[in-house]
Amino acid sequence: MHEKFPQPTLVHRLYSSKAWAALAIVLAVVCVVFPIFNLLVPQTSIFYISDYTVALCGKILCYAFVALAMDLVWGYTGILSLGHGLFFALGGYAFGMYLMRQIGTDGSYHSNLPDFMVFLDWKTYPWYWAMTDHFWFALLLVLLVPGVLAFIFGYFAFRSRIKGVYFSIITQAMTYAFMLLFFRNETGFGGNNGFTDFKRLLDIPITTGQMRMALFVITGLLLIVFLIISRAIVTSKFGRVLTAIRDAESRVMFSGYNPLHYKLAIWTFSAVICGIAGALYVPQVGIINPSEMSPANSIEIAIWAAVGGRGTLIGPLLGAGIVNGAKSYFTQAFPEYWLYFLGLLFVLATLYLPQGILGLFEKVKSKLKAKKNKARKTSNELAGKAADVEAGQA
Amino acid sequence: MPSSQLFFIRFKHCFAAVSSDIIHRLVMVLASSILLVSGYASALTNDEITGLAIGDNEPRIAVLNSVMAKGDMSAIPFLQQLQNDAVKIKDKSVYIVTDTATIDALTGKTVDLPEDADDVVNNNQMGSELDAAIATLNLLSSDSKIRLDAAKSLLGSEANDSRLAIIKQVEAKETESKIHDALAEVRSTIELTSPDKAARLAAAKALSGATNANIKQMLSTRLAPDGETDPEVKAAIQDALKSIDSHLALFDRLGQLFTGISLGSILLLAALGLAVTYGLMGVINMAHGEMMMIGAYVTYAVQNVFVQHFPGGFQWYLLAAVPSAFLVTAVVGIVLEKTVIRFLYGRPLETLLATWGVSLILIQAVRTIFGAQNVTVENPAWMSGGIDFASNLVLPYNRILIIAFAIGVLLLVWLMISKTRLGLFIRAVTQNRGMASCIGVNTSKVDALAFGLGSGIAGLAGVALSQIGNVGPALGQSYIVDSFIVVVLGGVGQLAGAVYAAMGLGILSKILEGFAGAVLAKIFILVMVIIFIQKRPQGLFAFKGRQID
Repeated sequence: MHEKFPQPTLVHRLYSSKAWAALAIVLAVVCVVFPIFNLLVPQTSIFYISDYTVALCGKILCYAFVALAMDLVWGYTGILSLGHGLFFALGGYAFGMYLMRQIGTDGSYHSNLPDFMVFLDWKTYPWYWAMTDHFWFALLLVLLVPGVLAFIFGYFAFRSRIKGVYFSIITQAMTYAFMLLFFRNETGFGGNNGFTDFKRLLDIPITTGQMRMALFVITGLLLIVFLIISRAIVTSKFGRVLTAIRDAESRVMFSGYNPLHYKLAIWTFSAVICGIAGALYVPQVGIINPSEMSPANSIEIAIWAAVGGRGTLIGPLLGAGIVNGAKSYFTQAFPEYWLYFLGLLFVLATLYLPQGILGLFEKVKSKLKAKKNKARKTSNELAGKAADVEAGQA
Repeated sequence: MPSSQLFFIRFKHCFAAVSSDIIHRLVMVLASSILLVSGYASALTNDEITGLAIGDNEPRIAVLNSVMAKGDMSAIPFLQQLQNDAVKIKDKSVYIVTDTATIDALTGKTVDLPEDADDVVNNNQMGSELDAAIATLNLLSSDSKIRLDAAKSLLGSEANDSRLAIIKQVEAKETESKIHDALAEVRSTIELTSPDKAARLAAAKALSGATNANIKQMLSTRLAPDGETDPEVKAAIQDALKSIDSHLALFDRLGQLFTGISLGSILLLAALGLAVTYGLMGVINMAHGEMMMIGAYVTYAVQNVFVQHFPGGFQWYLLAAVPSAFLVTAVVGIVLEKTVIRFLYGRPLETLLATWGVSLILIQAVRTIFGAQNVTVENPAWMSGGIDFASNLVLPYNRILIIAFAIGVLLLVWLMISKTRLGLFIRAVTQNRGMASCIGVNTSKVDALAFGLGSGIAGLAGVALSQIGNVGPALGQSYIVDSFIVVVLGGVGQLAGAVYAAMGLGILSKILEGFAGAVLAKIFILVMVIIFIQKRPQGLFAFKGRQID
């Protein structure tokens, strides 16, 4: 029996061999094609990938990260978070603190402190800046700050069984509160200017082409790694329970599961992913300020996932790419029409594309297949009839 | 649009300029006619005029006091000219220089001003003595408004006996209690420095009921080492200070309460529409804030129409703006319901996203039509000013009006929901859609009308907001979080919750602002709401009953 029905290995359960091949191609594009065509090919060549394109793609990869995190909680668990922009920004701020420490005395006041602290007439770093000059500690903060906040918030929210729109609204309120907090100069994170003018990362100058490319490749690699991890999660038994919670939470509860543990775990994991995305985003874009926490940004994340296709993992990545690609095109070509476009996208995606672009794709494919089957069936029938006729004749 | 705006501004300026010009001229004509007929000399003897205008300060003040003691109001015009630095002297002659002519104050005849005439210089002491003298004489006026202003301006001026005599005399005759009280305060402050201990004691006791920061200041200076020496009077002054402090603190608190209620009523207006669309229908409308913005822009448009076509009725443009804003936003709401929302019933998260998209489109549409800049919506003149309770408690009319407006809208909505046929249908559809449909309620029509009602109320909130703040495309965004908090806190399904939540949040946030500043207060409130919802996920007032999804 066992020889006849071999259990699929983890590798095969995650993706078909075709999908693995596609992933390998993406990996090659990120790790080989981009570096070669940006750094080695001369600028005059038609194959040259400009610095602008690299920066844009790097930014979009970070957004894709966030869309992936959103999909885990919204697409698979049915929790619409309007606070993912906050976790993203917190990760960015945590890493931004390290980058600010790396400026050293090169600021415009040549002080040991960041310019904005000199401006506030502070003499020493506040306590929450302690240790931020260590790279490993900054990385730890990137994971811990969004993670711990999400854990505490999620624990209380899920414990009192706040769900649906209520949950969305209080996550939005939380994001709004944090935005107001970070806009204050006295909070110690640079007020509305935030952190900018970074000079170095790990004592290496940050504005060089090589550094940009390195960050881009790291972002791409990590995205693929987290995509595979997420895939492992959603195909596991744990992931099945998440989907069940999305579809009928009460029934899951009546079957003896405690949704709190499942929701809290995926919610915290999702927030940590957002934090990592933020930390990768800040050195590539070169600035982080409280407007990243505005409620509008968090809602936009939801539309990336919705456009691509919720509950598919790949879909939200595509969605982030498509929406942000369109954004950078529109805001340059027709700046006044971007909001119309984005607004329409929200309306049309929810009205006509409940499964997103991937869902549309699947629908078209299954329709084609049905047509093909029908055609085959009719041709089979014809052949059958012909055979009958032949048999009759014989 | 810019041209109409420009026209509007010009219009306002013209009006102001014309009115002040007319008054000015009238005064000038009156003044000069009095001069020509009688001259200043009629009120004052020539010795008094020269004594007031020429010489050192001390003798001039002495003359001033004797003039004041006579209690003749006709001395006021000359004192006023003296105060305005319009008097010049040469040798023993005194000249009054006005825009139109120079008059010899002694003869009352129009003359040419000698070239080497000197200005009469009033130092600070002389200036304040002149002010006090003019105010004291004005107390004798038959116009009660002039008397009240005079009494108020006398508060805090230097004391002297002749002034005290006039004040006492006027106080005894005064019939209007407001002026009487003001004069009693003035008298007490003067008597505070009286040589008679009993008078000082009585004055300190009388002042303990005061609510004016100036009097507090005056009392504390009396406590200084060179002030009061008698321990008994000192104690009385200290008691008075304490009681004034507690009065002032009380008024401060009342002021906070009032601004809290005022903020609460704005929140209530913003949340009332949501209480209908979200609370009753269960539709999350993220474009609710934009409905308020549209209401504010309709107010702006109506104002412009009035300025261009009915400038005479400008004071009453709000009466037209209120129904227009309601109708426009209600229609926008119904269109929104018919085209987007009705396809999404039962899918609240999708509704949230779709209406967010609608809000973006509306914001951009307003930017395209009216421009990205804020526009100016003028208050009608009758809304400026306020009721003056104490020096630190002034209730502005526009805030009072908004509170009244909120109460009115609340009442209308309540009547609509509980007393009308449409309200009955709305409640029926809310409670049991299938059953309502079975007994012949046209549910899709009720949905559209209810959504229109909610949006129309948002439009009304927009009219109110246009009267107290900036009107710009981002107006709605700043209220959406607050109004959702109100509805969530109040609980879904009824209006009472929204009322209590709005008032509670408004008052609480204003009180917290007093301690912690606006931003921290807001953060604190949001945190408290988040914690509160943990405890009572269904809000303050929940439907009693069992629910299962």
